[in-house]
Amino acid sequence: MLILCCPNCGARNVSEFRFGGENSPRPALPMEASEAEWAEYLYLRANTMGPQVEWWYHQAGCGLWFLAERDRALNEVVRTFIWEDGVQEKERERGGERS
Amino acid sequence: MSLKLIRQALNRHRPPPRMWRAHPLKKRYDVIIIGGGAHGLACAHYLAKDHGVTDVAVLEKSYIGSGGSGRNTAIIRANYLTPEGVRFYHQSLMLYEDLAGELDFNVMFSQRGHLTLAHTDGAVRTMRRRAEVNRLQGVDSRLVGPEELARLCPHLDLSQRPRYPILAALYHPPGGIIRHDAVVWGYAHQADTRGIHIHQQTEVTGIDAGDGGAVQGVQTTRGYVEAGTVLNATAGWGSTIAAMVDLELPLETFPLQACVTEPLKPFLDTVIVSGSLHVYVSQSDRGELVMGASIDPYASYSLNSSLDFLEGIAGHMLELFPFLGEARILRQWAGPCEMPPDFSPLMGKTPVSGFLLDVGWGTYGFKASPICGKTMAQLIATGETPDLIAPFRLSRFAELDLVGEKGAASVGQ
Repeated sequence: MLILCCPNCGARNVSEFRFGGENSPRPALPMEASEAEWAEYLYLRANTMGPQVEWWYHQAGCGLWFLAERDRALNEVVRTFIWEDGVQEKERERGGERS
Repeated sequence: MSLKLIRQALNRHRPPPRMWRAHPLKKRYDVIIIGGGAHGLACAHYLAKDHGVTDVAVLEKSYIGSGGSGRNTAIIRANYLTPEGVRFYHQSLMLYEDLAGELDFNVMFSQRGHLTLAHTDGAVRTMRRRAEVNRLQGVDSRLVGPEELARLCPHLDLSQRPRYPILAALYHPPGGIIRHDAVVWGYAHQADTRGIHIHQQTEVTGIDAGDGGAVQGVQTTRGYVEAGTVLNATAGWGSTIAAMVDLELPLETFPLQACVTEPLKPFLDTVIVSGSLHVYVSQSDRGELVMGASIDPYASYSLNSSLDFLEGIAGHMLELFPFLGEARILRQWAGPCEMPPDFSPLMGKTPVSGFLLDVGWGTYGFKASPICGKTMAQLIATGETPDLIAPFRLSRFAELDLVGEKGAASVGQ
């Protein structure tokens, strides 16, 4: 069973958590974003066959929403971390341009 | 037929005929289909048969049918939720009914009836709605109560003992099961006889979209191939191929697991699906119970099987058929399911000229193979998107015009 390290609680079985999907960068200016930009944020995903940043929710524990970087081909967790300002920009830089 | 076999057996010098041949990879084809599954091969077949387009290569990274086509639980049905979905899957079902004749190959389609159980009032309402939507589209479906259920499937536990007793079911008589490999092989053989090249062990590693956003060719593990039209028919790995033209799709790939029991005496005449219990089951011609459930709880391309899945499915199966307590699991496996937000496929043109999609097939792709092959072949040959698949265009997301089939596409979580 996959072990996830909750930033609050430490290493727990994956069954304690709920998967929150791939991290999708929010529109920088939500009130001015076009429908296409909203659709991109809501629906488009990289779905990489490799390392991917994604959301997890500690449902059976502390209730924290946090991010994990996990290699989806090997199903191995690289790291888990709490969302902070700028993390989406860093991800965008690493991932390259979204089309 | 038997004379041929005897002659073959006696003739040591002539190699036995192959269902599909191996060819050298040409430098150029008119059409490249990436993905040698039921969808890709069906498209190749209809391109050749319906439109006379034969300068086609099907590129398969492993052996044909090694992806979703070889891993599904072989259920065919048309009892979806939306009018667009029902219309679409109904066309597919009708093609399946004639498929053995079309392919001159026994695909063992057994239209034994399909039951979707309702365990709650809300589920009964949904089944009633599905029945009505189905009937409006000319699809045979109706709601049945416990008495008729007892006649159709006497071994079901219809008592009040289960935690969620069965209240009713959506009965879809034309639904059934099929030999999924045979569909792949039948399409491959027909395409091959008409001159289409099927290239196994040939992985596409890049797509050349030139400078003007138009497809020029593909890079493979056996060399570069020029083509003006490239079809992405790699559901499960659709995003990986689309990324080669810098196209992002609204997909996340999850494993879907399945398992079979040892062969048992025939007792289950219909396909049984329970949305509430997240389990579906049918009995194969060998007597094995073929069982599946919902997708794994988190996205992954790793297709490992898990004990979680077996424990979960066993518990739910015993709610339906308590006498199966001693049955043994013979084998389990998994396949990759790329899930769009509305549980409807991605079909048709993309912003990259010449690059077409037939992906986003989640947990509902195999049953659509014939109609997908037919409509994508029509699109490739004529350049026009057939009306039947227009609802599944990639641009529907930007247009916020989704086709919500989650209620009927799978036994969701």
